[in-house]
Amino acid sequence: MREGMFRNPSGCAISGIFSKSGKRFSGKRIIDSIAVMHERSNGLGGGFAAYGIYPEYKDHYAFHIFYDDIYAKKECEEYLEDHFDIASLSQIPTRKIPEITDTPLIWRYFAAPLPAKLADSQLDEREYVVRCVFRINTAIKGAYVFSSGKNMGVFKAVGFPEDVGRFYRLEEYEGYCFIAHGRYPTNTPGWWGGAHPFALLDFSVVHNGEISSYDANRRSIEMHGYKCTLQTDTEVIAYIIDYLHRKQWLNLNEICSVIAAPFWSVIETRPREDREELEYLRCVFDSLLINGPFSIIVGFEGGMMALNDRLKLRSMVVGEKDDMVYVASEEAAIRVIQKDLDRVWSPKGGEGVIVTIEKGSA
Amino acid sequence: MAAFDIYPEYEIVRNNERCTNCRVCEKQCANGAHIFLTDKNRMAADDAKCVNCHRCVAMCPVRALKIVKTDHTFRENSYWTGKSIKEINRQAESGGVLLSSMGNPETYPVYFDRILLNASQVTNPSIDPLREPMETRVYLGSKPEKVVRDEKGRIKVDLPPHIMLSIPVMLSAMSYGSISYNAHESLARAAAEAGILYNTGEGGLHENLYNYGSNTIVQVASGRFGVHKKYLSSGAAIEIKMGQGAKPGIGGHLPGTKIVGDISKTRMIPEGSDAISPAPHHDIYSIEDLSQLIYSLKEATGYSKPIIVKIAAVHNVAAIASGIARSGADIIAIDGFRGGTGAAPTRIRDHVGIPIELALASVDNRLCDEGIRNRVSIVAGGGIRSSADVVKAIALGADCVYIGTAALIALGCHLCRSCHTGKCNWGIATQREDLMKRLNPDWGYKRLVNLLNAWKHEIMEMMGGMGINAIESLRGNRLMLRGVGLNEKELEILGIKHAGE
Repeated sequence: MREGMFRNPSGCAISGIFSKSGKRFSGKRIIDSIAVMHERSNGLGGGFAAYGIYPEYKDHYAFHIFYDDIYAKKECEEYLEDHFDIASLSQIPTRKIPEITDTPLIWRYFAAPLPAKLADSQLDEREYVVRCVFRINTAIKGAYVFSSGKNMGVFKAVGFPEDVGRFYRLEEYEGYCFIAHGRYPTNTPGWWGGAHPFALLDFSVVHNGEISSYDANRRSIEMHGYKCTLQTDTEVIAYIIDYLHRKQWLNLNEICSVIAAPFWSVIETRPREDREELEYLRCVFDSLLINGPFSIIVGFEGGMMALNDRLKLRSMVVGEKDDMVYVASEEAAIRVIQKDLDRVWSPKGGEGVIVTIEKGSA
Repeated sequence: MAAFDIYPEYEIVRNNERCTNCRVCEKQCANGAHIFLTDKNRMAADDAKCVNCHRCVAMCPVRALKIVKTDHTFRENSYWTGKSIKEINRQAESGGVLLSSMGNPETYPVYFDRILLNASQVTNPSIDPLREPMETRVYLGSKPEKVVRDEKGRIKVDLPPHIMLSIPVMLSAMSYGSISYNAHESLARAAAEAGILYNTGEGGLHENLYNYGSNTIVQVASGRFGVHKKYLSSGAAIEIKMGQGAKPGIGGHLPGTKIVGDISKTRMIPEGSDAISPAPHHDIYSIEDLSQLIYSLKEATGYSKPIIVKIAAVHNVAAIASGIARSGADIIAIDGFRGGTGAAPTRIRDHVGIPIELALASVDNRLCDEGIRNRVSIVAGGGIRSSADVVKAIALGADCVYIGTAALIALGCHLCRSCHTGKCNWGIATQREDLMKRLNPDWGYKRLVNLLNAWKHEIMEMMGGMGINAIESLRGNRLMLRGVGLNEKELEILGIKHAGE
């Protein structure tokens, strides 16, 4: 049994670090943070998303791909060459450690859509990339694209997150934002693709919780061309955010008002314009309300968002120090890397915390 | 032809030690089953006239009465049952079509009873509705496909016309004429009090009830009785009745004897004339014709009200619903084969149509597969008996349900299934002034509101157990369902797993 063939409820730890000035820092900090919450994982999944790590290829899509064998790699590379101009390809550097075993082939490609193919497809560039990613993940056996954004990358595996970080030599990368996930699945995922973060284009999601609305969300989002092949909450949350952002052009605040919509009783107390807009969003996207416990951190180009479910059924703390913003399941995971904080607080349920690189910064 | 006389199905058992000869039973029985024998100074009964409606049982001040199924029997035969033999005898005598009332009572599978609900354990907390908000509010209507913004970048909040319900339950169409004025008033007042909608059925709307308009669905059926501009404008939504679960493919017939007084006025037909609803709408012989009627009604009401199209659950229901969703309808109501009726040919009621559970699951699937589920809301009706059925229907993909029989039971109906006789002892399916008075809308509506409130509490408890605090997160959430004792094909159509999987 492999991830995607069954529902696999998980408990988890999440952590995120963001520099509002866009200053780049080493991945070591996020490893130190997530390591504190060792007990919130059970060694069956860990991962990171890092932003600003590929400045030399910032205009190319960075595909990180797992291959079960060389045949899958060959088939996938033929497909990539058919659809993309590949500027660079290499194995992702890793460190052999006893804690991480059963390693698949892990490759990285910096690629841009072939202009003629893109024009023929009559799609916008990002949609073209998404369709190619779905195509590989559903049609090429043994190949799985787990990262597809620009100037960012996902690194994940089966293991404890701090071991996964060491395995991928994350301390050697520098970025302006890192998010991390330690997984406590109730079943063996049996496959690296099931670890988190889950990413599509530059959006990546780490999530702690088990959403009770999963099948209602899945049914709705699959109407819009997404395929929930992993059967994980994180996957469906990532698709919902992608759909609302990229296809409905909602901003992040509006997205929070959909996926963690205020209660009707709260909406009714708002001033008229707000009330009408909230009512509209809740009515139109009612099937995309995410119900049940969750805390999520969403990474995207130039920003990071943290959000709890409406009842705040999962812990999540935010801390600030100078230009740095920290989010974690537990305050200890912030204090370990930043002892003194200017401000620390627990966001209310449904209250999105959104940070972006400030204008005029790097 | 006395030789063929059929022995009554039920026997009235009177405890003569308790009976005080007060003759209440005699007064209460419109069928004349109770007789006072003056010469013997005691009560007697004609079992043949008893429909087992329990009116006398409920009214007897000394509890001297009960009704039992007769133990008189035919020679045992598992193929030629007593029921078959009796029906053949009745038809041999009358030469007529057998008539029945209320929903299909036969022993077909009840899928609701083979589906079980989920609850949270460990990995996800259940939610206590007494401590946390638990939202059951539902909006019905079409949803826009794209968010549109004005020049300032603000979202344009012009939703297509929709209706809002406090719980995902509406009272289904029962016409004034098929049921009494007092029953109609009870439904209207209950809907207003509970924050939901009731449905006029095809008999028009009595002018006294126009002030409940915002809680009213006005129906347009094939007979077009009582349809005029003010009627269409008075409701919160308009329903085009294409079919009914109890009698798919069949029209309706309200005998002239019931077309009296206000009913004649409300239906806009002469007193004493039969009200015949044709089997099809004679201006709708195909899907494009339906679209024209939908837009005619929208034009007539300035595009201010959602249009519901109600169809019976028949074999090809998914394709039909898909066509309706593309024809301008805002809401599709699907009526399953257990749905009730004031009168239907028995053979039609008992043999035509399919279970609502299967119809609903397949319609929801089809609309999702085609990417048009958001264009319409789905209302499932036809045999919803409890809040558990409501929760299961929503998890199968309905936005809300219609209840008819359950609402009438709250008003006093005892399901004797004799509505077609017009002698309803409980004052519901009758136009006889003396009988109608037995249903007092002042307490009738309260009983119905009680029922709706009770269901609301139960729905909230079940949702909370599943860790869901908004009803929309339950819709189509089939992972919350498991089948028991269903075969692979049934599970596939319902889109659910078997218990234990």
